[in-house]
Amino acid sequence: MAKIVVDGTEVDVPAEYTLLQACEAAGVEIPRFCFHERLSIAGNCRMCLVEVKGGPPKPTASCAMAVKDLRPGPNGEPPVVLTKSPMVKKAREGVMEFLLINHPLDCPICDQGGECDLQDQAMAYGVDTSRFAENKRAVEDKYIGPLVRTSMNRCIHCTRCVRFTTEVAGASDLGAIGRGEDMEITTYLEHAMRSEMQGNVADLCPVGALTHKPYAFHARPWELNKTESIDVMDAVGSNIRIDTRGREVMRILPRTNDAVNEEWISDKTRYVWDGLKTQRLDRPYVRKGGRLVPATWPEAFDAVAAKVKATPAKRIGAIVGDLASVEEAFALKQLLTKLGSASIDCRQDGAALDPSLGRASYLFNAGIAGIEEADAILLVGTDPRHEASVLNARIRKRWRATGGKLKIALVGAQADLTYPYEYLGAGPETLADLAGSGTFADVLKGAEKPLVIVGQGALARADGAAVLSLAARLALSVGAVKDGWNGFGVLHTAASRVGALDVGCVPGEGGLDAAALAAPGGADVVFLLGADEIDVAPGAFVVYLGTHGDRGAHRADVILPGAAYSEKSGLYVNTEGRVQFANRAAFPPGDAREDWAILRALSEVLGQKLPYDQLSALRAALVAAHPHIGRIGAIEAADPAGLTALAQRGGNTDKGGFAPVITDFYLTNPIARASAVMAECSALRLGGVAAVAAE
Amino acid sequence: MSVRRLAAVQPESFAFTAENEAWIVQQIAKYPEGRQASAVVPLLWKAQEQAGGWLPEPAIRAVADRLSMESIRVLEIATFYTMFNLEPVGRHFVQLCGTTHCMMRGSEELKDVCRSKIGPERHVSADGALSWLEVECLGACANAPMAQINYDYYEDLTPDNFAKLLDDLRADRPVKTGSQVGRQGSSPELGLTSLTDPSLYTRGPSAGGATAEAPAAAGVRDPEE
Repeated sequence: MAKIVVDGTEVDVPAEYTLLQACEAAGVEIPRFCFHERLSIAGNCRMCLVEVKGGPPKPTASCAMAVKDLRPGPNGEPPVVLTKSPMVKKAREGVMEFLLINHPLDCPICDQGGECDLQDQAMAYGVDTSRFAENKRAVEDKYIGPLVRTSMNRCIHCTRCVRFTTEVAGASDLGAIGRGEDMEITTYLEHAMRSEMQGNVADLCPVGALTHKPYAFHARPWELNKTESIDVMDAVGSNIRIDTRGREVMRILPRTNDAVNEEWISDKTRYVWDGLKTQRLDRPYVRKGGRLVPATWPEAFDAVAAKVKATPAKRIGAIVGDLASVEEAFALKQLLTKLGSASIDCRQDGAALDPSLGRASYLFNAGIAGIEEADAILLVGTDPRHEASVLNARIRKRWRATGGKLKIALVGAQADLTYPYEYLGAGPETLADLAGSGTFADVLKGAEKPLVIVGQGALARADGAAVLSLAARLALSVGAVKDGWNGFGVLHTAASRVGALDVGCVPGEGGLDAAALAAPGGADVVFLLGADEIDVAPGAFVVYLGTHGDRGAHRADVILPGAAYSEKSGLYVNTEGRVQFANRAAFPPGDAREDWAILRALSEVLGQKLPYDQLSALRAALVAAHPHIGRIGAIEAADPAGLTALAQRGGNTDKGGFAPVITDFYLTNPIARASAVMAECSALRLGGVAAVAAE
Repeated sequence: MSVRRLAAVQPESFAFTAENEAWIVQQIAKYPEGRQASAVVPLLWKAQEQAGGWLPEPAIRAVADRLSMESIRVLEIATFYTMFNLEPVGRHFVQLCGTTHCMMRGSEELKDVCRSKIGPERHVSADGALSWLEVECLGACANAPMAQINYDYYEDLTPDNFAKLLDDLRADRPVKTGSQVGRQGSSPELGLTSLTDPSLYTRGPSAGGATAEAPAAAGVRDPEE
């Protein structure tokens, strides 16, 4: 720790703090453009200049000088930083005048207007006029992909975008060509950016040079209602802010949560919002004579009731989809139980996860932030870059923090993960070898905190249970599970999965699982709670409760229109077991209703009334049954004892390699498939792959 | 300086010759393992040499591949340094200094010579022999005005001798490098005016000046001591 005096206040900060951080610790705000907490220090905007005593006798860039670089006074007094002195005021005004020399005064037509760092800081630290009477420079706009719009006249060369793509995203797409006044930000020959997290560069841009293309000229920030919510595109549970105007979702932005997504979100999370407006189911439908015809709610309910009452309870089943909140899954499970059926399943991909073994067997036990402590990582049947982009960025962050020395190995399908890894093999045999010996097993054994990440690619197969058991055995044998560290982690791809497993949405005694329900002759009535990734065989009567006219709706006999994740208040449990609360940002379209309310109304028609009339009552019942769901924001640590039982299960594994779970990152759920932006990204990506293949 | 762009017309491909490849291996070996990217400027320079004085886009990619760098990182460097030519140049590439001293000594007239003999700036003459570019100070101010043509300096230029020089180069006749008015290095143009006493340059006790004055100088302390 080192003492430093900031504007007369003495503070004690770690010696490696920068002056900017020390000033913040003292409660003094320093304006900045290029500095960003999660990126490397560039020191090129010069906006953070301060006056120091004990350092050079000129204004100093506070972001790039450490407290330990300053000398104490002649009698050992702590160094002094002044942020409100005449020298600093003059320096800031000078820097601001230079920045504005080439910055166009087009705020009225700029999308960043109202949330622009340059605008705000020019008001706070600038002067009212410019002495520059020459022509401003003009810069050609660049094409850098379908998601980020460029207006390069406005660029102030902070290079945050370049540092983000290089450091965090791991795809060095952007660069600064030329120099001096002619410096320009671009991609190589203006190809589209290849990162699945590229939208973050528009957030990072302190001016309006990079803005969100799908949101261009749609709204002004002050017109928008901001609602804090949780993303459902993957199982990370990224914290998001949904901005709405009236009933319409205008954009989605990340919220900072260091434990989950830091401040990044993937492009699918961010730009999926146009999918919320198209292909929506806004009224009930009933299939009559082979065609789905619009119906009223009572007609739809009556159709369901008639069929359910004519069907023996054992022939009724339900499949919980990937986007459902915990409340809906719980309500559906209760309804099925009341009807007398045990056939409910939330694992529509067939992943061999069994909640009876305890939560440790299906959670990412180390936690997402725990990745930053891991010193060896084994990936089994997973492509985290596409299954959980933000989590992958965390692995990359850890890899960078260790200076590229972090040992990472992969068993499964090879993919570009943005960091180097050792490829061990394709399938279960390799895993079995590892559990026995193998060089990477030694690496894991030698590590303080080894991490074994098992993806759905390893579990959603016939021998999934045996593979899971094998992975648990490996984790235990290398010492990944010990006091204070549980390095066994299952990486989920579905936002609903952990929550639904927590409330027991798996077949009970004599119940059928998802595959059996969908198989020919499996069940007579199947409820699909937004389950679109499974094909129910002909013969069954399908009740689809969902939001989009997607695969499930096409197969349905009765469609009950529900609410998308932005249109309902709900709880979600992410892959690490963290319970998170999503607020309602908008309303469902037309006659669509919130899913829990539909289930409650349907239960009454079916004569098995669910005992809650309010969402709060449903939540109370849910928390009473599963107390950990009530602890919002927290992770209920799982008892690792279950892993020992899991490891002992054993079983025979097959020969085949682990297949990738996600074939098209941009089109993994009904909302994304309805989004034109996602379709464009998907086409571009496939086109890119084809072009590479042709070379 | 102005915005620099890659040339509109680019060759299909670029590959280092076997000889250059051997040279590259030597260059990369100069740097520690994992720091091969440090060799990017020598490699670009060699690529420019091989491609006839300019850097085609495939060469930038070839250098990136050779050093396991992202292409954009190499492009950043190629566009940063103005000595990497992004557009084709003539067989003899004239870099005419236009900075203060050369300008005062008549580089403006030399530009007119270039325009009439070669054509507009940044354009290769029809026969491919010559192209020219005004550059910033090349550090031969004592012999202004001057130009660098390929690897050689040509100094003390006048419109007449410069025009002849360009004609000779175009015809591949032998030319004289350095000063075009016959002086050695940057010695005075009109002959020596001081330190002309030959005895200054003969060794021995009678050799005047330096040793005779030594006692007087001894009173002054060397600040280095």
